[in-house]
Amino acid sequence: MAVRVQAAPFDFGTECGAFAAGRTDAGAVVTFAGIVRDDGGLARLELEHYPGMTERALERIAAEATQRWALKDCLVIHRHGPMRPGETIMMVATAAPHRADAFAAAEFLMDYLKSRAPFWKKEFGTDGAAWVAAKDEDEAALDRWTGD
Amino acid sequence: MIDVLYFAWVRERIGLPKERVETSAATVAELVEDLKAREERYAVAFADLSALRVALDQELAEFDAPLAGVREVAFFPPMTGG
Repeated sequence: MAVRVQAAPFDFGTECGAFAAGRTDAGAVVTFAGIVRDDGGLARLELEHYPGMTERALERIAAEATQRWALKDCLVIHRHGPMRPGETIMMVATAAPHRADAFAAAEFLMDYLKSRAPFWKKEFGTDGAAWVAAKDEDEAALDRWTGD
Repeated sequence: MIDVLYFAWVRERIGLPKERVETSAATVAELVEDLKAREERYAVAFADLSALRVALDQELAEFDAPLAGVREVAFFPPMTGG
């Protein structure tokens, strides 16, 4: 299990390759990348975070995923600082003996890190700058993991 | 003394990322009232607590949580990672 919080860009393909390489214990690897999306007029995105709490929150979420599903490994990389449209913001990767666990754990990681890891996005566009508002559906997405 | 941190638009409205606060507040809610009474910029930032989240020593908490033994309080809007 590894969590990395960094300003520097990373190469999604290289990370996926390294994560999957040499495994004999996991028949399934699932990966997800979050990309800076431009819905029109976005010049850049800035991600603020809470150093210290960010790492703790991500490590806790990753540990919970590892406990809930039969994961052999998981990886979370999340960037902060300025980014342009098309850049990779973050990724998760999960490795499990079978795909159902790998998919479910990856979705769980994404749902939790969207609204429980202390990151805040600010968009800078042609008509000024604005903080991205949290979506109700992101909060609602957590309910399916807490229903038991 | 307690370290109080602000992030995102809370930081922008208050105008600083971090300060040390001398307070006798027993709960987060009491600390918020102390801060609001200081200056208009605090009153504006804390006008709607439903739009804010709080962390105590880097753990998410509620506004009625006690401050006893807490070293670091952080206020911020709902998180937008991913």
